[in-house]
Amino acid sequence: MSSEKNELKGVTGWIDKRLPVFTFINHNLRDYPTPKNLSYFWNFGSLAGVTLVIMIVTGILLAMQYTANADLAFDSVERIMRDVNNGWLLRYIHMNGASMFFIVVYIHIFRGLYYGSFKAPREILWILGVLILLLMMATAFMGYVLPWGQMSFWGATVITNLFSAFPVIGDYIVTFLWGGFSVDNPTLTRFFVLHYLMPFLIVGVVGLHIVALHQFGSNNPLGIDVKSEGDTIPFHPYYTVKDYFGLGVFLIIFFGLVFFAPNFLGHPDNYIPADPLVTPAHIVPEWYFLPFYAILRAVPDKLMGVILMFAAVMVLFVLPWLDTHKTRSAQFRPYYKQFFWLFFINCLILGWVGSMPAEGLYVLISRLATGYYFLFFLVILPILSRYENTRTIPTSIAASVLSDKFGNEKTSTENI
Amino acid sequence: MDKKNLNDKLVESDKTQKVDSEKRDFLFMTTTGLALAGGAIAAWSLIDTMNPAKDVLALSSTEVDLSPIESGQSLTVMWRGKPIFIRHRTKDEIKQARNVLVDDLTHKSLDEERVKKPEWLVVVGVCTHLGCVPLGQKVGDEKGEYGGWFCPCHGSHYDTSGRIRKGPAPLNLDVPPYEFVSDEIIKIG
Amino acid sequence: MRLLIKICLIICLSSFFKINVSAGEKADLIKQNWPFDGFFGRFDQSSIQRGFQVYREVCAGCHGIKYIAYRDLANVGFTTDEIKSIASEYEILDGPNDEGEMFDRLAKPSDKFVGPYLNDKEARVANNGAYPPDLSLITKARAGGADYLYNLLNGYKDPPENLEISDGMYFNTIYPGNQIAMPMPIVDEIVEYEDETPATQDQIIRDVTSFLVWTAEPELEERKVLGIRVLIFLIIITLMLLAVKRKVWKDVE
Repeated sequence: MSSEKNELKGVTGWIDKRLPVFTFINHNLRDYPTPKNLSYFWNFGSLAGVTLVIMIVTGILLAMQYTANADLAFDSVERIMRDVNNGWLLRYIHMNGASMFFIVVYIHIFRGLYYGSFKAPREILWILGVLILLLMMATAFMGYVLPWGQMSFWGATVITNLFSAFPVIGDYIVTFLWGGFSVDNPTLTRFFVLHYLMPFLIVGVVGLHIVALHQFGSNNPLGIDVKSEGDTIPFHPYYTVKDYFGLGVFLIIFFGLVFFAPNFLGHPDNYIPADPLVTPAHIVPEWYFLPFYAILRAVPDKLMGVILMFAAVMVLFVLPWLDTHKTRSAQFRPYYKQFFWLFFINCLILGWVGSMPAEGLYVLISRLATGYYFLFFLVILPILSRYENTRTIPTSIAASVLSDKFGNEKTSTENI
Repeated sequence: MDKKNLNDKLVESDKTQKVDSEKRDFLFMTTTGLALAGGAIAAWSLIDTMNPAKDVLALSSTEVDLSPIESGQSLTVMWRGKPIFIRHRTKDEIKQARNVLVDDLTHKSLDEERVKKPEWLVVVGVCTHLGCVPLGQKVGDEKGEYGGWFCPCHGSHYDTSGRIRKGPAPLNLDVPPYEFVSDEIIKIG
Repeated sequence: MRLLIKICLIICLSSFFKINVSAGEKADLIKQNWPFDGFFGRFDQSSIQRGFQVYREVCAGCHGIKYIAYRDLANVGFTTDEIKSIASEYEILDGPNDEGEMFDRLAKPSDKFVGPYLNDKEARVANNGAYPPDLSLITKARAGGADYLYNLLNGYKDPPENLEISDGMYFNTIYPGNQIAMPMPIVDEIVEYEDETPATQDQIIRDVTSFLVWTAEPELEERKVLGIRVLIFLIIITLMLLAVKRKVWKDVE
């Protein structure tokens, strides 16, 4: 169990003495002490990591076949779908992989929010995570432009035009982003280059995210600190095998989509080649941007809408200083728990109105939902931090596990 | 190692542990084996995307109409990204190619083995030395000392059967796979 | 238990968004049973072959299919010789030749389907400004897919009396806005099938729709066959991993 005892021998030992890769792996993926009470919600970090690898591998192979030119991009994607060996598989994995990546990461984020994983001493871990989310959003947005279909083109036009909301410099920024006077070939080329580059930035930040994680170890459903060795188990084999099982379930859903409903999450209009003269009747972003899109449209003022939309992500950066309540897990915070679930449903509502036309009742709903989104972060969390009384918290993870054994099933169902 | 240590601590009966670990080992092995096999197949199907695609393979054979090439003339066509030299040989050239002692050649090969019909020579126009394209296809090109082709890069001379006769090239010009679809049409590839 | 809830959550989440995204489209499509639907969906090759005939005789006058090559017809049961002779019925612009001139030559199996127009502008001019879209991806590029196309082609009705139909437009119950520039293309007996199949309007529409689903998703059959295998493999290995996980975790707590 302890790495000091396991002196490595032979070639591995020789290498390890000079470059301690094996000690590193052992330390971080084998012996690494992990709270023994993690639920399946703690699978989503490793799932996100696996999805990132899948996206990078399929992305590199796609880039070998894709042509980043406004006249050829659509055709080259169709060539991948029709002529390249397993090209359709490659592209459908990459396409649906983006959606799966966001599903996994969103669940990962909501888990962190529910169990207070962002609180001291894990603030930087959380901030790095939000940074990953931002990079993912940029990457996904630019990736969606590459097939150069109608939604690609008009999505790019609409989103880049957001920057024109800024007074004075807005138009210059937009022209700069486009490399011209409309979304065109220069835009496509730079989006391709950046789309290829950014995943590697994500890998870098993920590395830091893991370093920060291993500094204090994983949070857990109880949100209490690890007190003794009895609270933890080694990462391997317990969590490796649990992660593998979770991966299996994840892949069943992922490949179910890829093979049997590959265009389920896409939009038919993106199979029409980009046409700068014809705007689709109803422009919608990919589903994972819908909540933010709803916030953008909720505000009648262009600049304010853009600012609020960006603020919706930026507010996550300062979350550790908005919710300063000592107790981490929502399990022991009766009021926070209610507001959290309301927030969760509110996000679904935002996603739903984001897909609806911006008219009539939908506008009202989107405004109310936007209001609650910010109310939750900026008002409710600070107030709760001061006044909320918590339920009795177990003294240690081991103690809680033991009390569970004596017929107290309640806590485990409440986790969900 | 870790799991065994832990078992020692946690499982009281040695007997159950033994049965358990054997069963577990079997389960471990089959699961790992199956996962690796699945992973390998998945990896291959991804790597396979780098092999020539269907549209590339569709162009891997090409048909050439020989009727416009008169005796003594040559034609260059592209096949799989390489030049193919087609020469309609004269009686003299055929005689030249066949009046050679095979034992004198660098790369021993009979002219009869290199052609399907004596008057038509079809070879890949890439010098076997370092991959240059030899001269000798156009009227006025230098054809080398043996009346075939001459590679300007390092001075290899090929005869009227495309065989290397002088210079650094080690092998004769390649004969691509081809067949006569009809009297005057060949299909290369 | 939690796992179940998790799966439900994901499925609900995704369907939640999907339902609402597609709720924006208004036309009520009558759903059809297609042989290529579902987990075990397969193409009906004879229907696709008939559909190809319909395309050639009816649609090809205005619509191209530029992402399908003649060689691809091998996948729906045409022989190499048939494909060669089909291809050689078309002329294609090639060049420049050694004299620097463009020239027409007969199409080869490796060529893509020869379209009716040289470019989009010519297509527009020939059709009163309405652009007849390329049909390669038509079933993927319309919400409702095959059902949309089937209903559209069946959707030509007499216009209601109060509706003013513009010049050169036709009334269609399915087309967005109800006025379509394409005249009703398919009626009974517009083609004559070689294989005794009665050429009713419904049959012809079915066949041409099947053909266009194939042109949009030629990989469909391969995808579903492979998909079943992959899912079976994943389900087995996941169950095995669950067993391993339970064994490993048995002693914890």
